[in-house]
Amino acid sequence: MWEYAPAPESRDIANLKPSYKMFVDGKFVEGTGEPLKTVNPATEEVLAEVSTASQSDVDTAVKAARKAYDRVWSKMPGSERAKYIYRIARQIQERGRELAVLESLDNGKPIKESRDVDVPTAASHFFYHAGWADKLGYAGYGPDPQPLGVAGQVIPWNFPLLMAAWKIAPALACGNTVVLKPAETTPLTALVLADVIQQCDLPPGVVNIIPGAGDVGAALVGHEDVNKVAFTGSTDVGKVIQGRLAGTSKKLTLELGGKAANIVFDDAPLDQAVEGIVNGIFFNQGHVCCAGSRLLVQESIADELVEKLHARVSTLRVGDPLDKNTDVGAINSREQLTRIKELTESGDAEGAQRWTSSCPLPDKGFFFAPTVFSNVSQAMRIAREEIFGPVLSVLTFRTPEEAVAKANNTPYGLSAGIWTEKGSRILWMAQRMRAGVVWSNTFNRFDPTAPFGGYQESGFGREGGRTGLEAYLDV
Amino acid sequence: MSDRLTVAKTYKLYIGGKFPRSESGRSYPVADAKGTFLANAAQGSRKDARDAVAAARKAFDAWSGATAYNRGQVLYRVAEVLEGRREQFISEVATSEGVPAKKAQSLVDTAIDRWVWYAGWTDKIAAVLGSSNPVAGPYFSFSTPEPTGVVAVLAPQQSSLLGLVSVIAPVIASGNTCVVITSQDRPLPAITLSEVLATSDVPGGVVNIITGRTAEIAPWLASHADVNALDLTGAPDSLRADLERAAAGTVKRVLRTKPNEDFTATPDMSRLRAYLETKTVWHPMGV
Repeated sequence: MWEYAPAPESRDIANLKPSYKMFVDGKFVEGTGEPLKTVNPATEEVLAEVSTASQSDVDTAVKAARKAYDRVWSKMPGSERAKYIYRIARQIQERGRELAVLESLDNGKPIKESRDVDVPTAASHFFYHAGWADKLGYAGYGPDPQPLGVAGQVIPWNFPLLMAAWKIAPALACGNTVVLKPAETTPLTALVLADVIQQCDLPPGVVNIIPGAGDVGAALVGHEDVNKVAFTGSTDVGKVIQGRLAGTSKKLTLELGGKAANIVFDDAPLDQAVEGIVNGIFFNQGHVCCAGSRLLVQESIADELVEKLHARVSTLRVGDPLDKNTDVGAINSREQLTRIKELTESGDAEGAQRWTSSCPLPDKGFFFAPTVFSNVSQAMRIAREEIFGPVLSVLTFRTPEEAVAKANNTPYGLSAGIWTEKGSRILWMAQRMRAGVVWSNTFNRFDPTAPFGGYQESGFGREGGRTGLEAYLDV
Repeated sequence: MSDRLTVAKTYKLYIGGKFPRSESGRSYPVADAKGTFLANAAQGSRKDARDAVAAARKAFDAWSGATAYNRGQVLYRVAEVLEGRREQFISEVATSEGVPAKKAQSLVDTAIDRWVWYAGWTDKIAAVLGSSNPVAGPYFSFSTPEPTGVVAVLAPQQSSLLGLVSVIAPVIASGNTCVVITSQDRPLPAITLSEVLATSDVPGGVVNIITGRTAEIAPWLASHADVNALDLTGAPDSLRADLERAAAGTVKRVLRTKPNEDFTATPDMSRLRAYLETKTVWHPMGV
């Protein structure tokens, strides 16, 4: 293994402030909820104090969004809305380095990912959707599709800025106003995005960002003056929200958990497949709803592939998220680390064979060494439950039919991977995957033009592309 | 007037391409709009609903895997066979709904035409709702609509044929299969329609029809783990929120319809879209 000297990005670039306020009606204001302390998961140090919303703050934010909707945003020509959204895209690019470093500090993800994936993709989502704002009549929902009103949006901690972009950009393009709640453990980049929005001179109240815990999210999605709810997070919480909205007229879209199969056939280019498997499960510490967490390998190549996989995973560098050489950063919270440990212990108890990378781990912070379980059966918890961590479960199959049956043997249905050199087999398999995104001979690719979202208990509605606009239009 | 005694039909369920009685052995009297007894209909049970879901699931792979051209021809065939039995349906709709013959005629004609309309959609949905995605990288990416799976349909309570056709056709046009609970008080045209479906090359299990008490059967379908979507059109108002809550337990797609939907108007794509997933497929480009 190559030795690398540390190459840390400077944390000064993040412009970290001791305290952050919520953003309501165009202004940064103190919330009246109990302030939260956000922690750097790589060091366990407190990064900043962040004010949170109380129930009455939620109400104030929704009122501001309603007023902005009624008086300004819904009346503004799409061509003008478009220019505001383009401004946001440009500012994210301009402040990209600041946002990337701040994201890595607050979330624990490696700087090379926040720099090369999260921030540029966030900018591209705004840029893409800006162009739709004055072209909605061409989107296939009739000549003059109307917005829904106020959107209440709740996002997770795994891609804090990117998820904010996925939610806010299409909502604004379609003419809605927004109240967004970032995750409790990762509120900072959303609040810098609020600063971007303020600098872009968006009319007050069009975007409101209110940090807080689950109770703030519950108050937001349940607020009677919210017309649209968009949630990305766990399937358990998604079900609660869907149940809560029963009998209302609120439109709902959900992007929930997954347990994706990454299927490798015996004719696959193995070295490429190994790279794809590693990317599929260790990207973002495995904190990815569409992670390829179940590796299905054709039996005849299973031993060879697992051996190559162990060798490759052993080279992954786990550690300081700000180091440009880091491959796997910190687990986002102690709570998540505990859950990963608990689930992997169930793997041991149920008889799977654990292999752990011998990479050194930092002394403090929340870290978990990349782990691969072999001899996994479909009944085991590690094959059924979303671990949301750097843990891969390896199962085998003999025939394509068996691969299809095993891949689809889950209540989830977000994504799948297929590795084979045979084109007709790729298409045959892709057609049979009960999953919203199928990556063939690649994995974890995202683009604002490509609709993303799940089948079954992975949620409903799509984000991105023409299809994604439906979530924010009254159609 | 002939003194011949007519042969009265036994109205049964339609499950998996067969016409069973309710496994519960129950039936309930059905009257015309004036209250005159017409027939005893089968009173479907929880078990009938579960059998119907199993039949719909079994039929799903072949029906969703059939070519769009094939599905289009099957739906068109339904229109053909329905046209041939037009007089029978006019009479049944007039009796069930208590409308004059002329109105019943127009409802039946519109129902026939609705099959033709949806038959024409089967091989156009992918072109209209799918896309080639111009992603920023060396990848070929495309998105295509796919059927969501098994759909539980609570058919409209008033419009016994046109409404029924208007809620079934968009479900099966795109390759879904369904379990339908008919209008509770006007179930007879639905059972006669199932005779049309059974003789129109619609594979058994693609459409399953249950008569009975909507409020009794619907909750079992709303909470059934192998049902992917729920159409609330004919749900009693008092039950709608409960059904939606039950559906949330397995993240079903729920179609909440606006009250008093006008089925005589030409539909748009919204009922097709309600039961479609979008699948995005990526592949690298290179030499």
